[in-house]
Amino acid sequence: MGKTLFEKIWEKHVVDTLPDGTIQLYIDRLYCHEVTSPQAFAGLRERGLKPFRPERVTCIPDHNVPTLHQDQPIADPVSRNQVDTLEKNARDFGLTYYGLQHPKNGIIHVVGPENGLTLPGMTIVCGDSHTSTHGAMGAIAFGIGTSEVEMTLATQCIMQRKPKTMRITIDGQLKPGVTAKDIALYIISRMTTGGATGYFVEYAGEAIRNTTMEDRLTICNLSIEMGARGGMIAPDQITFDYLKDREFTPRGTEWEKSLAYWKTLYSDHDAVFDKEVTFHAEDIEPMLTYGTNPGMGMGIRENIPSLESIDEAGRVSFMKALEYMGFKDGEPMLGKTIDYVFLGSCTNGRIEDFRAFASVVKGRKKADHVTAWLVPGSWMVEKQIRVEGIDKVLTEAGFELRQPGCSACLAMNDDKVPPGKYAVSTSNRNFEGRQGPGARTILAGPLVAAAAAVTGVITDPRELIK
Amino acid sequence: MKEKFTILTSTCVPLPLENVDTDQIIPARFLKATTREGFGDNLFRDWRYDKDGKPNPSFVLNQDTYKGDILVAGKNFGSGSSREHAAWAIAGYGFRAVVSSFFADIFKNNSMNNGLLPVVVSPEFLAELFDSLKKNPATAVTIDLPNQTITNNATHRIESFEINAYKKDCLVNGLDDIDYLLANQSKIETYEQSLGS
Ligand code: SF4
Repeated sequence: MGKTLFEKIWEKHVVDTLPDGTIQLYIDRLYCHEVTSPQAFAGLRERGLKPFRPERVTCIPDHNVPTLHQDQPIADPVSRNQVDTLEKNARDFGLTYYGLQHPKNGIIHVVGPENGLTLPGMTIVCGDSHTSTHGAMGAIAFGIGTSEVEMTLATQCIMQRKPKTMRITIDGQLKPGVTAKDIALYIISRMTTGGATGYFVEYAGEAIRNTTMEDRLTICNLSIEMGARGGMIAPDQITFDYLKDREFTPRGTEWEKSLAYWKTLYSDHDAVFDKEVTFHAEDIEPMLTYGTNPGMGMGIRENIPSLESIDEAGRVSFMKALEYMGFKDGEPMLGKTIDYVFLGSCTNGRIEDFRAFASVVKGRKKADHVTAWLVPGSWMVEKQIRVEGIDKVLTEAGFELRQPGCSACLAMNDDKVPPGKYAVSTSNRNFEGRQGPGARTILAGPLVAAAAAVTGVITDPRELIK
Repeated sequence: MKEKFTILTSTCVPLPLENVDTDQIIPARFLKATTREGFGDNLFRDWRYDKDGKPNPSFVLNQDTYKGDILVAGKNFGSGSSREHAAWAIAGYGFRAVVSSFFADIFKNNSMNNGLLPVVVSPEFLAELFDSLKKNPATAVTIDLPNQTITNNATHRIESFEINAYKKDCLVNGLDDIDYLLANQSKIETYEQSLGS
């Protein structure tokens, strides 16, 4: 019997198997950010240990960083302490550190792929659930807790159960005006937030094969929002072209050797998945969410589900979500006034997202009452925005570009949406309070966000890009 | 060494909501600490306190009706972020086990790495337990980890639950993965050599 892509990589990284099936898994790369690592480093010190393979660890502060005036010390002393702690830990233990203002600083899940730190066939972990992003390169990448960060630092291994495998196939071709984010929000709305729990997902099918590398990063990024351990896409020519000549991509004969191996990384035609799900690309519309988890999504022209359509056990949570959002069941979303727009995050903070956003706002003006935060995912993205002149398009339309970081995605810095205000966000979570206490988040892709930013209301972007 | 977990009998605190995510368990703005302590104070912060920091009387943790070491929650508990702070907050508040019909993966791992036992029960068991707690807030539950059973002492309904042998062993003996992995270091080096190049 053939093997799945997941199994090929997983089996190569098994150090030991316990009698009950628990696996000691070798980890090729560990990414650390400032929020989920301090206690791991402290634990390491308490045990008198040092990182076992420091060359496999990269540390980048991203969650707490302000998106203005990064050349000055962080004003919030608690945030500053966390960032300083990461820098100190990296220095004390001889780990690579890309601090604020460093040309390679940015959101870890943006920086890793764009520098070739993330490669096909790797096992990658980070104390962050959106580590699933890196699976887009054909890697096994997943989020872990701080205890596991400590384990990886100490031994380059973690103890894991082998997850079940699921293949999600998207047949056919996307309609114009539908983005990778819409694919992901569509899948999650069908699967629900817990629908893929226990599974590692491989995305396949014509619509996936036709995506760009950045689209794939967006799709894999959101795997966790349906509970999946991770998501991955088999590497192909698109992946190899993207990776060639990136800073840490192997070169010369090493490149040839790696390439030969990477080309073996696909699910064999007779491989068996524990679960198979198929969707059709033509069914996918520009999406947005109306509730307080990413599974509460709908096509932009649809109505919010009626209470009767929700199964009994879920009704209390459903109504609680709508009450929080200030919406009524059964009503449309089109035309609703919004207050904030956030373009950015590890989901949609890459150059293609800025291109998409700019394509809609070009020649238009930001709606007066809308506050817009446009936050590149990294300094490399920021630089590219300037190289392509996208910054000028944005400025002319009344927008300003901020400096890289997680920003309003989780509002640990100053970019907080005020209580009761509506934000159309290209990030990944619409949980209560995620973007600030009382903030109301509507998740969407960069085109929907751009259409909302210039009209001030929920608008189908296809009406603007006709 | 973590606290050992064997048999626990306790009253419960019910939270009959589905999809309780880690941002509700511990909002991001409380993640700025660099130690593991103190997170219990902000457990369920935005449900527990109003904007001015006053306790919200309608939230279960602010009521005297329900007390105990066991949190009982609706399905898909702990979804969202990988923040271990969620497990630290629940354990820090004083809970020793969480009962639900479904847990998010990372949360489950994080809990077990902190001596907090996630017990997966059938939807029927969960519904009955919520019902028992509604009728009698003093309803106690017994969790027997060595025998992998959970009992609703009001109805005497008993169910066995799954946990893998390795994790169970760690919890019962108060050991963690790092102790195990460090003892296994030579295997890691052998593995690395086998990769050669
Ligand atoms: S951008 Fe958001 S989801 Fe991504 S790593 Fe930062 S906080 Fe997490």
